[in-house]
Amino acid sequence: MTRSLPMFVVAAAAVCAFSGLFPGSGRQPDAVTAFGRLPVLSEGRIKPLDSVARSTLLVLQGRQRVAAPDGAELTPDEWLLDVLFAPEKADTYRTFVVDNSDLLLLIGKNDENLAIHYKSSAEQLMAILDILPTRQRRMSFNEIAPYLAEIEAQYKLAEPVDAQARTQFQSAVVQLYGNLSNYVHLRRALAPEGSKDFLGDLLRLQENLAEGIEAVRAKEAGKPHDEAKAEAMIDVGQEFLGMSEGTDLLAIAPDPGDADPNAWRNAGRALLETFGQGFVNPSVLAYAGMGYAWRQHEPGSFEHIVQLYGSSLETRFGRQVGKARIETLFNQAEPFYSCMLIYLAAFFFAALSWLKWPEASRLSAWGLVALGWAIATAGIATRMWLEGRPPVTNLYSSALFIGWGSVALCLVLEATYKNAIGSAAAGLIGFATLMIAHHLALAGDTLEMMRAVLDSNFWLGTHVVVVTTGYASTFLAGILAVIYILRGVFTRTLDKATADALARMVYGIVCFATLFSFVGTTLGGIWADQSWGRFWGWDPKENGALIIVIWNALILHARWGGFVRQRGLMCLAVFGNIVTSWSWFGTNMLGIGLHSYGFTEAAFWWLSAFIAVQLALIAVANLPLNRWRSFRA
Amino acid sequence: MPEVLRQFRSLFVSLKLTIVLLALSIVLIFWATLDQVHLGVWAVQQRFFHSFIVFARAGELRIPVFPGGYTIGGLLLVNLLAAQAYRFRAGWGKTGVWITHAGLILLLVGQLVSGLVQRDFQMSLDVGETKNYSESDRRNELAIIDATDPELDGVVAIPESFLARGAVVQSPALPFRVVPGEYYPNSTLQMRSQAPGAPPTPATQGMGTQIAATPLEVTYRENERNMPTSFVELAGPGGSLGTWMVSPLLGMPQKFEYAGRKWKIVMRPERRYQPFSITLEKFSHDIYPGTDIPRNFSSKVRLNLPDGAAPREVLIYMNNPLRYAGLTYYQQSFANNDRTSILEVVRNPSWLIPYIACSAIALGLVVQFMTHLVAFAGKRRAR
Repeated sequence: MTRSLPMFVVAAAAVCAFSGLFPGSGRQPDAVTAFGRLPVLSEGRIKPLDSVARSTLLVLQGRQRVAAPDGAELTPDEWLLDVLFAPEKADTYRTFVVDNSDLLLLIGKNDENLAIHYKSSAEQLMAILDILPTRQRRMSFNEIAPYLAEIEAQYKLAEPVDAQARTQFQSAVVQLYGNLSNYVHLRRALAPEGSKDFLGDLLRLQENLAEGIEAVRAKEAGKPHDEAKAEAMIDVGQEFLGMSEGTDLLAIAPDPGDADPNAWRNAGRALLETFGQGFVNPSVLAYAGMGYAWRQHEPGSFEHIVQLYGSSLETRFGRQVGKARIETLFNQAEPFYSCMLIYLAAFFFAALSWLKWPEASRLSAWGLVALGWAIATAGIATRMWLEGRPPVTNLYSSALFIGWGSVALCLVLEATYKNAIGSAAAGLIGFATLMIAHHLALAGDTLEMMRAVLDSNFWLGTHVVVVTTGYASTFLAGILAVIYILRGVFTRTLDKATADALARMVYGIVCFATLFSFVGTTLGGIWADQSWGRFWGWDPKENGALIIVIWNALILHARWGGFVRQRGLMCLAVFGNIVTSWSWFGTNMLGIGLHSYGFTEAAFWWLSAFIAVQLALIAVANLPLNRWRSFRA
Repeated sequence: MPEVLRQFRSLFVSLKLTIVLLALSIVLIFWATLDQVHLGVWAVQQRFFHSFIVFARAGELRIPVFPGGYTIGGLLLVNLLAAQAYRFRAGWGKTGVWITHAGLILLLVGQLVSGLVQRDFQMSLDVGETKNYSESDRRNELAIIDATDPELDGVVAIPESFLARGAVVQSPALPFRVVPGEYYPNSTLQMRSQAPGAPPTPATQGMGTQIAATPLEVTYRENERNMPTSFVELAGPGGSLGTWMVSPLLGMPQKFEYAGRKWKIVMRPERRYQPFSITLEKFSHDIYPGTDIPRNFSSKVRLNLPDGAAPREVLIYMNNPLRYAGLTYYQQSFANNDRTSILEVVRNPSWLIPYIACSAIALGLVVQFMTHLVAFAGKRRAR
């Protein structure tokens, strides 16, 4: 069993993780997947429609899954197709999260009409235990639509207030208004508001174009003309103008022979060109064709049009189409989600090894950590390739990288000490950082474009990577100390050898952390000096990094001077968690300075809770030794 | 050695002092970071880091509450030097620590020096404009200009601090004394015709007679600057010439004639002249397609050199400043609908010190930890 169990566990996890990569395993028809792969330009970069659908859904409702009123589940691509081509259906899907109670009152909701009533008693029990939700958080557009005027009025009151100074209600209103307008713009990205047969309209326009334009010209020149034809043509123009305004989805590729990325435009703008060039843009026609087939439930012709359009793009934008294909695959494989579950399992096996089946459980945990780390490596590498950048470019990727770096160190620790502590720490940190990353992804596209100030691959690759490694190792030292305290106080498993090993690990990792956080912080200073002529500017993030360096130095001096022994070292290392989390997130919450790129309000609560837990752990560690179960004689 | 000295020595070489100072520095930095929300980064530096003692304000009282950056940094330096001198023993075991600490001493000294000698200026250029000076983004000066010669101005510049102190200035270049009167460190101006209730003005000459100045609270915000107003009397040997209101808010200089010469008086941002000039040829502000996220800001400038050498064309953009004659010009901002480029100009002669210091510290840490690691690996292998 010592050999076969670990192999079986790791193989099973690998099969689950990789199953998402293979076509046919998906929950949607291949044609819909092919639609999701079509490249568009949005938020400054070329990406597949699948990514547009997923990041929009995360922003609107905090998850990628969509539930239709009849209980059926939609994939993000299917949802996007409905929004674009069958909006009357999409308007019934509950895709808008509203949590603020004042805002709920504004849109006519209260505890009663939000309550979810379960039929089976098992479900009722789960609802009481908070496993199933007890109330609706998500509304459909149709539910909100009657209150649009009120929402807009409140938005206009809240919007001029500084983002930092807004009340919860004001922030919720601003967010909901933004989400609604996002949605409405998306709804008219490829077809005008309320059109039933856009393909037919376009084909008729194509047929009557010459006569219509002539009639309009004659009308403008004051000559005799066919009034009906001129009017119809002007109406069409107005409709296209409406489509061209406000939509950020630049779905129409540059014309053949035009390589300028700025020539991507939205469908409305491309349609306005019709009157000048004398024909309807073929890409818009292709999308209208897909829309027709989707509305009429003609999977055959839908697939045909998607394929035709896709291959026509491929001949001209081979590289972008290839990238979009990989990105779609990456989206569907959800590597970081699999990773998160694998790390969690690894932690349980590692903890199990201290209680029962030491060798088999330990090896299983180690194998799982290695598998998770390999998947995370592949995921981060794919992101780097897609973005053409070093691994850390924003808060989201810093969470991924901190997890990756800590787990890498843990693998080394485990290989050295073989006592499952490295695997347990890897499981904890890996899971926690990916959880944090998941919540950070709710802010939108995680492969966002770099602002000009930060646009330097060299410095992103050196300063940011090294300083993030410093964060990762400081956290790792803290987590090892947490394991020491928990095992020592609450279990009998912390024998002398394990305790000494843990102390050596923490000391070694603190040394490593001192080096990396110092070098990383210094490189930041050099970047600042190279770019702005000053080495140090007391920017909040700089200060945060400096505090980490000083704290690590303090730990080392306290140990060298003999002021702390094992338990003291562990307490200092746990406090390092607080120092690092402050630098990572707290400084961004101040909303000032060069690095204030990722303010997140919910994060404030979590940060406070995290700090409280760390302080509690330090208090527990200071219990007298005879209260430590492991040390009781 | 007397007992008192011995105690002093053991205090200054002790690791306990190191740890206390490190902890205090963490508190200081953390507090300063939080205070930036209210004070802005410049005022925070003055209050916490470029000071010996941090004061808290209780009403009118200034109560010392915490050691400032100079105190903590200075004590750390003394502690380090004392410990190095006292504990120094030749041997390889501690080489890394020695290198690290030497680097740290250099870093602390270097930061002190750069805090004293570094100067920041701004150069704001419209497209096509040429300037041979940069301006302080914080300090102002009172310039009295002898404009009699149309080819050459004679300028006497008086720092704002003189006006704030009310210091009388007598200069051989001026046939009158400058007697500062009332001074508001921050203010706003209004036409008297629109402010009927305004108190009477001390100004008897120039634009100031028609304008009312109201003092405002001093601001420390990063994107705001204080706009002082002052009333300045010019007194010749034969009596007063009158009192002028001066303020950077007035914009253009006020003119008058005295002793047969033409004069201009103006309060403007403090200027630093250079022996070369810079012309802004083009400013570009690129965004990512379909967004308003800035992709790049760049200023194409021409550097006109004094000795008749061929002018240099330089592109200044984010992460790529122009370094010339000990000054660094970097792209800071823009204004005026992309027609004006604002360059930050920094002069820091001590810029090399942190490079050397940090390399030494990093090297020292690597050496020290590698020593530990090799010893640890050896012990494990032996077991």
